[in-house]
Amino acid sequence: MDTMMTTSIEARVIEIIAEQAVLDVSEVRPEMRLEELGIDSLGLVEAIFAIEESFDVTVPFNANEPEKNQFDMSTVASIVAAVEGLVAARK
Amino acid sequence: MRRVAITGAGTINALGHDVSTTTIAMREGRCGIGPLEIRDVERLQIRIGGQVRGWEPETHFNRQDIALFDRITQFTMFAARQAIAQSGLTFCDELSAQAGVVLGTAGGGVNTWDENYRAVYEEGKNRVHPFVVPKLMNSAAASHVSMEWNLRGPAFTVATACASSNHAMGLAFQMIRSGMARVMVTGGAEAMLCFGGIKAWEGLRVMSKDACRPFSANRNGMVQGEGAGIFVFEDWDHAVARGADILAEVAGFSMTSDAGDIVMPNQAGAERAISGALRDAGLAPEAVGYINAHGTGTAANDKTECAAVAHAFGAHADRLMISSTKAMHGHLIGGTGAVELLACLMALREGVIAPTIGYEEPDPECALDVVPNVARVAKVSAVLSNAFAFGGLNAVIALKRA
Repeated sequence: MDTMMTTSIEARVIEIIAEQAVLDVSEVRPEMRLEELGIDSLGLVEAIFAIEESFDVTVPFNANEPEKNQFDMSTVASIVAAVEGLVAARK
Repeated sequence: MRRVAITGAGTINALGHDVSTTTIAMREGRCGIGPLEIRDVERLQIRIGGQVRGWEPETHFNRQDIALFDRITQFTMFAARQAIAQSGLTFCDELSAQAGVVLGTAGGGVNTWDENYRAVYEEGKNRVHPFVVPKLMNSAAASHVSMEWNLRGPAFTVATACASSNHAMGLAFQMIRSGMARVMVTGGAEAMLCFGGIKAWEGLRVMSKDACRPFSANRNGMVQGEGAGIFVFEDWDHAVARGADILAEVAGFSMTSDAGDIVMPNQAGAERAISGALRDAGLAPEAVGYINAHGTGTAANDKTECAAVAHAFGAHADRLMISSTKAMHGHLIGGTGAVELLACLMALREGVIAPTIGYEEPDPECALDVVPNVARVAKVSAVLSNAFAFGGLNAVIALKRA
């Protein structure tokens, strides 16, 4: 995957997360955890839905066992990595 | 205040098409959850449910009825027929005017919505059957019950998501206790196992793809069910005077609101409902031997419910039994409390406590006696049935042995 594509995925994921957190995109940094952004489980489920709609992917996620999900959804960077993987797999 | 007796019970659900089949399945810890057989199931991520099998409406209703009865009304009428037959009541003259029906459902005629949206949106049709509205309205089943059995007193339907039927039965109880009605047909039903009904739940990401395992550390969500549970609540003296077989006494009811979150449960709200039901029934906590839990099998509900029970009962929490029968019949959403009341009647009448099946790993956050996997013989004289709905609407019923 080229850098251009990666950058745009990251930018869009941050946009989605910032919207859930009611923050400006500039306030969302890759190392941040969702809890510190004030995103609860319902917010995460909504963010995942927005990601799926934006990138035409399916993110397997069960809110009952977030720790057991195939993808790490705990930080901004880990979500970006998961989405990059899913987008690459779709091709 | 007047006392309230239960003099009839009826059901249809994934475990059986009547009360005795259902309670035998509960005794045996049988699982009624399996692969869904519905249209477009291949487009769903969640493909299991507690579906009613072998349902042939044509053998129970005529063609005109079927044209007007959504699946939820069919289930309700079928279960009501059993309950009213068991009660031995006929409603004429004065009794008819003092008898009513209050039912609970979250979704009403979901299959009718689903089929007709499909027709107009997907198939591009511009015409629907004339009875779509009377078929899908949430109160349709209550109206048909009132018409079939000539119940001319209060008749309505309540919707409080997953607590609907407990709220309905609580209101029926209060109406008889206050003297407002002499007999109330009550309970609830749900028939949401269609493409749209499951797709909606799927979106929330709280559903299990494999099984409902309440209180088990490895639980991973809820599984939907469908069906109905219908009861005849009757003024105690009226029931005694006519020599009716009293199945149990409805002793107390409490409803509270968390006023907190639209999906997350709240320990304090649940606990206030539990304590309120005990107080309303005049029961000491030590008198309660069994609780039929809301026990959805989600991470959030089960730990919150256990904390609420532990706190409400104090030391007695470790001595009582609490089980969730949802692992067997699935979560009937608005109808769930009604089908679960059957486990309460079984406990009081037969001295058998329904198990929590699918239990695999103890969870320190659910450290109560959840009657894992195998039913238990135990004499209990008072029981509670919990229902804690989305939106923080809690309703708990207390029953006593007759």
